[in-house]
Amino acid sequence: MTETIDPSYAGEGIYREFILDHYKNPRNTGTLPNASFSHKEFNPVCGDHITFTARVSDETIQEARFQGHGCAISQAAASLLSETLKGKTLEEIKTLQREHMLELLSIPIGPVRTKCAMLGLVALKKGIEEYEKNG
Amino acid sequence: MITTTSLGEKVKEDFPILQKPMNGKPLVYLDSSATSQRPRQVLEAMNLFYENKNANVHRGIYRLSEEATVAYEEAHTTVGAFIGAAMEETIFTKNTTESLNLLAYSLTKKLEKGDEIMLTQMEHHSNLVPWQQLAQERGLTVRFLPVSKDGELPQDLQLSNKTKIVSVTHMSNVLGTINPVKEIAKQAHDAGAVCVVDAAQSVPHFPVDVQALGVDFLAFSGHKMLGPTGIGVLYGKKHLLEGMDPFLYGGDMIREVTFEQTQFNDLPWKFEAGTPNIAEAVGLAAAVDYLKKLGMDKVFAHEQSLTQYAFERLEPLGVTIHGPPPGNRGGVLSFSVPGIHPHDLSTLLDQDGIAIRGGHHCAMPLMGVLGVTGTARASLYLYNTKDDIDRLAESIEKAKKVFNQDDAGQRPTSNGGRR
Repeated sequence: MTETIDPSYAGEGIYREFILDHYKNPRNTGTLPNASFSHKEFNPVCGDHITFTARVSDETIQEARFQGHGCAISQAAASLLSETLKGKTLEEIKTLQREHMLELLSIPIGPVRTKCAMLGLVALKKGIEEYEKNG
Repeated sequence: MITTTSLGEKVKEDFPILQKPMNGKPLVYLDSSATSQRPRQVLEAMNLFYENKNANVHRGIYRLSEEATVAYEEAHTTVGAFIGAAMEETIFTKNTTESLNLLAYSLTKKLEKGDEIMLTQMEHHSNLVPWQQLAQERGLTVRFLPVSKDGELPQDLQLSNKTKIVSVTHMSNVLGTINPVKEIAKQAHDAGAVCVVDAAQSVPHFPVDVQALGVDFLAFSGHKMLGPTGIGVLYGKKHLLEGMDPFLYGGDMIREVTFEQTQFNDLPWKFEAGTPNIAEAVGLAAAVDYLKKLGMDKVFAHEQSLTQYAFERLEPLGVTIHGPPPGNRGGVLSFSVPGIHPHDLSTLLDQDGIAIRGGHHCAMPLMGVLGVTGTARASLYLYNTKDDIDRLAESIEKAKKVFNQDDAGQRPTSNGGRR
């Protein structure tokens, strides 16, 4: 049965098709052998979590993967982020902010759901922080 | 039946916030377990207090302060009587959490290393973390009674002569389970322990009488029972409260102070340090008057019939409702919709003007027992109607279409289904 859904409810809102696609078929998932760092980040509001794993050389991301459990926004955001990481320097990633994630998602995100959108980036940045601290 | 099902329609007009549209639709408020809405009668009582009687209590020797003191003390009497307690056994706190912190601090002070505190796996963080932390500090052991698949506790509490405190929720804020606290108190007393009850979800929804239940302590919040935020209650048996040390020290809780020592005030003031939330106490008393006028039996019957109806409407949608079946359970409906994360569901329902909660409901250990990271939760109160449940069901159906989950298949997570 194909019923049309009010576009203001879904199409124009948060749950656009490409978001649901990244949610259902997340890219770059799993872990990496010989990873340089791996960091698991929790969202205390809901208990959702994302672990970002990456291989680094010359202060540049060679490969990055993530795994976790969470809502469509957190998982799609991490998937979208994962596609942009290869070849980026650690310094570049450290400067990424909230605006970068909102740009990748290009959907309206309220203050509460912003935490979901940021979960993957926070995991990645904390992983880099630990990697640099441990030399 | 007609009278009980119409309670929601009858009282809805008393609640100004329920007349306001949300995202262009009439608001359906289904998060009363988190906090209830307040009727005009409560808001007016607080306003009248501020406009006519406002002064500090127990201090000024002038008429206004006397009037404020009378109003504040009468609030203790009104709220205490609502649960069968005397005025001196009715302590006002900030909320249930503060009441339970007071108990955890004060009761564990007299225990010895190796003594046990028995909790259950279905406790809210507020009836878990205070005991856990004080136990760590004071060398005590905390044990947890298991919760069955149906969300129920075992009949035998497995208490020992080391068990000194049994603290249990009267009604689970996740499962809706109503625990047999009368029987639990009996077992606690037989083992020589005191029985503490977290009544945050029970006192607002059905008749509670501390004398009939025989419990030693009982804690609840004003804001979940039509009252304002910032006011909560701790009931305790008089002889037990008298033997306990205060939790907070300062003004109003003293009888005489010298540079060397302090003599504490009488009950309940001994446990109410500092200027209290006076207008909020007056507001809570007004909430109690409102509930008494309706009758708690009627409130509960209304919620029971709505809960039954919610099961009928939601289960055919492939929704899993956690906790016991309708009958001896409250109107807290935690549920999972296959393939839709509770936060995504909350966002979609919000677009239809429906407010539900999504997440772990401050019961993270219980989520582990249920095998979920979170659930969606619709919680009912006296102002909800069958129409609210219909709107909820229709909106869940719409959300399922957005997520293409009509096949009810579980979405593969990015780590292959593990959490």
